[in-house]
Amino acid sequence: MIGLAHYLTVAAILFVTGIFGIFVNRKNVIIILMSIELMLLAVNINLVAFSAALGDLVGQVFTLFVLTVAAAEAAIGLAILVCFFRNTGTIAVEDINVMKG
Amino acid sequence: MAVFAFYLFAVVAIVSGILVIFARNPVHSVLWLILAFFSAAGLFVLLGAEFVAMILLIVYVGAVAVLFLFVVMMLDVEFAALRAGMVKLLPVGMLIALVLLVQLGFVFGGWQVSEQALSLRQAVTPAPAEVENTAALGMLIYTKYVFLFQAAGLVLLVAMVGAIVLTLQKRTYVKRQDVLVQMYRDPKEAVQLVDIKPGQGA
Repeated sequence: MIGLAHYLTVAAILFVTGIFGIFVNRKNVIIILMSIELMLLAVNINLVAFSAALGDLVGQVFTLFVLTVAAAEAAIGLAILVCFFRNTGTIAVEDINVMKG
Repeated sequence: MAVFAFYLFAVVAIVSGILVIFARNPVHSVLWLILAFFSAAGLFVLLGAEFVAMILLIVYVGAVAVLFLFVVMMLDVEFAALRAGMVKLLPVGMLIALVLLVQLGFVFGGWQVSEQALSLRQAVTPAPAEVENTAALGMLIYTKYVFLFQAAGLVLLVAMVGAIVLTLQKRTYVKRQDVLVQMYRDPKEAVQLVDIKPGQGA
């Protein structure tokens, strides 16, 4: 029988995969953005799993909002990336230190 | 059957999630990401959340993944050079991921559902035989959470305007058609008819 714990395990592994991707890829911004999408997907799986386990629809409503924010984030992030690539000709994260942060 | 479907979707989601990071070609990464979204949508269907599953496919595969594909193909980058330092960072990344996974395991291992949890529900899911998932969500979104729904629309609008402002280029050296100039043009000044006699033309 598949219960809540199974879904939480899948979501946890996906989330850790996303974090792992961010740590390992120190250069390619596109892969980092995709890792963030993976982490948001894991959060969505958690929300829907709890929603189904407790019989509460609010989790699915919140999933829709997370999806909206994820789409907006991807659009803005890629726009910034294109803009940066036009100005500097690179997308390596190590070179992005204009702001001295 | 449901058990088999769960394990199929879960394994495919995790494997394709890992391959997103390790694929050599970024285009392949995007394709693995699409596969991960598809299997997550399958998990959502197994959980009885059909509407969210369809929205996931439409929004992620239809919009976000295609956006990623466009950007990957548009940027002229040597992607092989971007993978150079990966092996050096692998052990540290593995360690951090392992520690995080163990911590999450502790959290989920000691999980207990409170006794009041069922009485604290904000919107109890109606029986699927009476109201289907999409209709139930619609009744909730358009009544109780209508302001949040509008705010989500506003977030998308701001993101759209921001993306356009960021990427729009004003190129002054490109000749463009100016309709107003064309319409206000006076034919008398534009064309000059000259009657040239035979033998006098230069």
